[in-house]
Amino acid sequence: MAKLNTRPNITAPDQFYAELIRTHEGLTDEESEALNARLILLLANHIGDAEVLTEALAAAREV
Amino acid sequence: MPDRTDRLYPYARHPDQDAASPRRHPVTVVGGGPVGLATALDLGLRGVPVLLLDDQEGVGEGSRAICFAKRTLEIADRYGAAAPMLDKGVVWNLGKVFHEDRKVFEFNLLPEDGHRFPAFINLQQFHVERFLVDRIRTAQAEGAPIDLRGGNRVTQIDRQPDHTTLTVTTPDGPCEIETDWLVACDGASSPIRRMMGLDFDGRVFQDNFLIADITMTADFPTERWFWFEPSHRAGASTLLHRQPDGVWRVDFQIGWDIDRTEELREENVRRRLTAMLGPDVGYDLVWTSVYTFQCRRMTRFRHDRVIFAGDSAHQVSPFGARGANSGIQDADNLGWKLAMVIREEAPDTLLDSYDEERRHAADENILNSTRSTDFITPKSRVSHTFRNAVLRLAGRYDFARPLVNSGRLSVPCTYDGLSLTGADDLPGGPARTRPGSACPDAPLGDGYLLDRLRDGFTLLTIDAGAPDTLADGITIRRLALSAADDPTGALAARYLGQAASAVYLIRPDQHVVYRAATYDDTAVRRALRRTTCREDT
Repeated sequence: MAKLNTRPNITAPDQFYAELIRTHEGLTDEESEALNARLILLLANHIGDAEVLTEALAAAREV
Repeated sequence: MPDRTDRLYPYARHPDQDAASPRRHPVTVVGGGPVGLATALDLGLRGVPVLLLDDQEGVGEGSRAICFAKRTLEIADRYGAAAPMLDKGVVWNLGKVFHEDRKVFEFNLLPEDGHRFPAFINLQQFHVERFLVDRIRTAQAEGAPIDLRGGNRVTQIDRQPDHTTLTVTTPDGPCEIETDWLVACDGASSPIRRMMGLDFDGRVFQDNFLIADITMTADFPTERWFWFEPSHRAGASTLLHRQPDGVWRVDFQIGWDIDRTEELREENVRRRLTAMLGPDVGYDLVWTSVYTFQCRRMTRFRHDRVIFAGDSAHQVSPFGARGANSGIQDADNLGWKLAMVIREEAPDTLLDSYDEERRHAADENILNSTRSTDFITPKSRVSHTFRNAVLRLAGRYDFARPLVNSGRLSVPCTYDGLSLTGADDLPGGPARTRPGSACPDAPLGDGYLLDRLRDGFTLLTIDAGAPDTLADGITIRRLALSAADDPTGALAARYLGQAASAVYLIRPDQHVVYRAATYDDTAVRRALRRTTCREDT
């Protein structure tokens, strides 16, 4: 049974997306890549659950 | 095809032009687009004498705005002009999104039941203008004091404390007229705004879009198709949308560094279209245009006795159909306020609320259309990477679909917390009808709720007692409804929620002022005074 929630779960999607893009404003491509890595690690820690993380890693790779 | 340059209101010499001294008019509207025509209708149907000056003599060239939202139809219905729009318009519900030719997903707008009008119709702007002019003609015949003058170009304005003098250039030479109030609906490049030296600041998007309206024999379905990065490369993004008269709107995103004249040459337009449609699809070109866009607004929409409405006041990107639709809402907002001020039923500070409410709406529209534009035309590599990640995930996972943004379609703004908006004293009341909201429609037996919310202020009661009329400087008419009037349950769902009864004070533009579970005379009068800026009286 999949544990990764792939149903819509972000309350205000447009607002989140705009904030995400704004966070990268003024950064070089390398800086953006590094920011994304930090962001993934922060979110992964928040999630914690190993099964969810494994599923997410596979989903991102396979889609 | 109808003649799109019909001279609907040809120039005719008017006695004003021969007057020894300038004639004074209560309201002059400048500009004969949808917003100017709607403003003239709104005022004229309220019995306010209104002069409309347009430098043209009929509808503009090209399809231009093609998507008209439910709220616009509801407003047009209040003017008596919605039926021909609905008859002529194309209703669509299904949209498809493609990325690199692969269908990512499709969406159905799934319009909610229990509304007289669909969520949207596609209809060329020139048809809308023609229907509004037709309605002005019948209103004039019924006695509405609307004076529509074509071939009248305002070339100079002189603002005085109690009026504005306009120099109007006509085929017979210039004349001067005076007007107590001036409503500038003269478009994004507003000559009146320029004459007054007013700012119009915002964000320029460095991209060009090529519009081609075509007729074709191929049988495409009535759907909105949007391609991100199609392999035909005819545009970085492409939109295909159906209009009436067998016409399709194709919109290509063609980049910033282009030669406009070259792009508009027929062979170049055809090269893109053939790349997109394939070599076997025959089509005819109806209209082409290249446009760039900006998201910007004036700092203030009211400058004493000069008021700006529509594109002259605010401009958005086309994604979301928020230009013409928000302009019609400006007219809807302004009409009753200006009529009350002219009749001295309210102080002129009521017009400051037009400025406040419609700037709030413009900001909301600019925010939404800017977000759509940023998604469609990413400005950086990381933004492009995220956009394509969303599209790729959306093909497989539901969660990513709400993030796909090819336009958030226009809905009326809610005036939350603004000056005219009163208290919400209805525990358990639905959020969608909180004070500040535009009333959603609901079926009532053989008609609809919005048919009954016209002309003036209404006290809507649902299973609640109240006086039938309430006079407080102005008269409020009561609309008493009960569960028996609500065969579908939509009224209860939209206006009661968890409450057993409700009392709503509703403005002439069908926005909620105040609501409560039961009638409270003091509270209703307080809300009425607040919403007409007569709190001190």
